[in-house]
Amino acid sequence: MNVRDTFKCTPSGEREIIMTREFDAPRKLVFDSLTRPELVCRWLLGPEGWTMPVCEIDLKVGGSYRYVWRHDTKGTEMGIRGVYREIAPTERIVHTEKFDQAWYPGEAIVTITLAERNGRTTLTMIILYDSRETRDNVLKSSMERGVIASYNRLEDILAQLVSK
Amino acid sequence: MRSPVGLDATFAALADPTRRAILARLALGEASVLELAKPFDMSQPAVSKHLKVLERAGLVSRGRDAQRRPSRLEARPLAEATRWLADYRQFWVRSFQNLDALLEELKRNGKKQGRASRPRKRK
Repeated sequence: MNVRDTFKCTPSGEREIIMTREFDAPRKLVFDSLTRPELVCRWLLGPEGWTMPVCEIDLKVGGSYRYVWRHDTKGTEMGIRGVYREIAPTERIVHTEKFDQAWYPGEAIVTITLAERNGRTTLTMIILYDSRETRDNVLKSSMERGVIASYNRLEDILAQLVSK
Repeated sequence: MRSPVGLDATFAALADPTRRAILARLALGEASVLELAKPFDMSQPAVSKHLKVLERAGLVSRGRDAQRRPSRLEARPLAEATRWLADYRQFWVRSFQNLDALLEELKRNGKKQGRASRPRKRK
């Protein structure tokens, strides 16, 4: 299977989202890509049009990281910060996560584990939110297409009204 | 960018199907509490309660007309919430695809360096 098709994003328990993805590379390279700022800023960019002008990582327990993204043309900025709680090189990272814009209230705790098999690495990311409500709101983005569709329909109606 | 509290309130307001239906109705044009209550088969106080939530979230504004106080849809917060919802999963899908490309590059570089630094024993 192409590694691109191995992405999964599912709810777990009351307050978690679990994401998994395979990579066709040994785990050390994946770990480096997650923890070295000069590498992180080259891939953690989301959709086209975003750059990462700020990418600072103090890789030690109690150390913090700071990411800021900027949209090339719109100039919109989005920031995130957090603190490392556990670091086991090439195997496991636990850190907190808080968006500047507070998409969700409070902090989330992110646990990343890397498992290597036959030269392939499976990345598992568990994001623990502070409430079920928060988790469900975030999940709507990926699971409840119906909800998104209804928002889109509303937007269509709005667009028609504006164009009249 | 709106205040964080604003976006949280938007999501809370949109979580309710009746409130989404009210918004869909208001997308067709402004309406009074009475006009909203009729098609939804709800009491006026119940509609007023939902409208207050929508108003606090910035999704709806109320007219000055003392008698009717018509409700009107405010589109901007809705557009922001929609964008965030659609973007979250896409952010990771796209980022991981970038990471595939970066890892290929790192593997190639590693091989090159490996060849250069490893003493040749055979041949």
